[in-house]
Amino acid sequence: MLEQGVGLDEAGILQVLRLPDDEIPAALQLAHEVRMRWCGPEVEVEGIVSLKTGGCPEDCHFCSQSGLFSSPVRSVWLDIPSLVEAAKQTAATGASEFCIVAAVRGPDDKLMKQMRDGVAAIKAAVDINVAASLGMLTQQQVDQLVEMGVHRYNHNLETAQSFFPNVVTTHTWEERWSTLKMVRESGMEVCCGGILGLGETVEQRAEFAAQLAELQPHEVPLNFLNPRPGTPLGDRPIVDPKDALRAIAAFRLALPRTILRYAGGREITLGDLGTRDGLLGGINAVIVGNYLTTLGRPATQDLELLQELKMPVKALSATL
Amino acid sequence: MTVMVYCERCGEPGRHDECERARALEPPRFCAKCRRRMKVQVVPAGWTATCVEHGTMHG
Ligand code: SF4
Ligand SMILES: [Zn+2]
Ligand SMILES: [Zn+2]
Repeated sequence: MLEQGVGLDEAGILQVLRLPDDEIPAALQLAHEVRMRWCGPEVEVEGIVSLKTGGCPEDCHFCSQSGLFSSPVRSVWLDIPSLVEAAKQTAATGASEFCIVAAVRGPDDKLMKQMRDGVAAIKAAVDINVAASLGMLTQQQVDQLVEMGVHRYNHNLETAQSFFPNVVTTHTWEERWSTLKMVRESGMEVCCGGILGLGETVEQRAEFAAQLAELQPHEVPLNFLNPRPGTPLGDRPIVDPKDALRAIAAFRLALPRTILRYAGGREITLGDLGTRDGLLGGINAVIVGNYLTTLGRPATQDLELLQELKMPVKALSATL
Repeated sequence: MTVMVYCERCGEPGRHDECERARALEPPRFCAKCRRRMKVQVVPAGWTATCVEHGTMHG
């Protein structure tokens, strides 16, 4: 794998996910070497913001933004000046990516217009790559996003195909897959990951990593469930920190060349030390600052850690 | 002095240790004075939470 950059198959991934505790450090070390060999020492830094929060008609059981649960998250839209300001704050951390997210099944005309205006305003004021995550798309919407200059599209498969119906009933894994195919064919970069700790078995975790490897996304954001009050998964336990580290190593070994990003839940699952362990175990990208409805640790803490680990922040020019 | 009547995280009366711990990584969701659900916008470097009656908090 180190030599050829070919990832582990599902059986190999499962072996890593089942390693005894005392073999986790060696797996993280190997994952780190694979990352250094195929991706290099740079770390891609990204900020994310919610353009339209809450009131989503879908029922993803982990999500506080579904309008179908008694979550305290209310529906709210971000205005364009605030969106541009958020992009500026993100760029000020040295980040090269800014992802605009909306809690929707898929965009309607109002959201597409807000995107058109918002992306144009950001591009006029801030030097940063703009990514988007707006749910399921039509071919026409894919084309419009390309035209706006959105360079990467996030659409998570969330979990293994075999477990997806336990988590979402209002749309299918296959519907998500077809949006991802359109995005890939459009030339936009594909960002696709998911959430661990939804109740999937360890076999399903391996299945999920193998399914992502088949998709070969440019980026895989790895979230750990942060159980949200009022959601069907609100009382689930958080992922065991050792299982989280096994998963980080396994996903890197399944996807040697992808941008593997620490996304939500790392603070809760792994604490402050976990960020370091992940960055030395296959992770090569972080979301800095706050998430969509919850808060992260301050960007400065992550940036100081990167300095200490001698991992340069990937420059904007390197991504163009 | 403002007296906190409702928990800003769960909206129930009083203070709750678990909610206070969670608040380190969450913005408030309920107005502590009137228990209304607030309109909360999180951005990368902060958040605002607005109660129609009691105004906007920043963090
Ligand atoms: S589609 Fe997205 S915003 Fe809507 S409930 Fe599912 S995860 Fe939440
Ligand atoms: Zn409470
Ligand atoms: Zn109030």
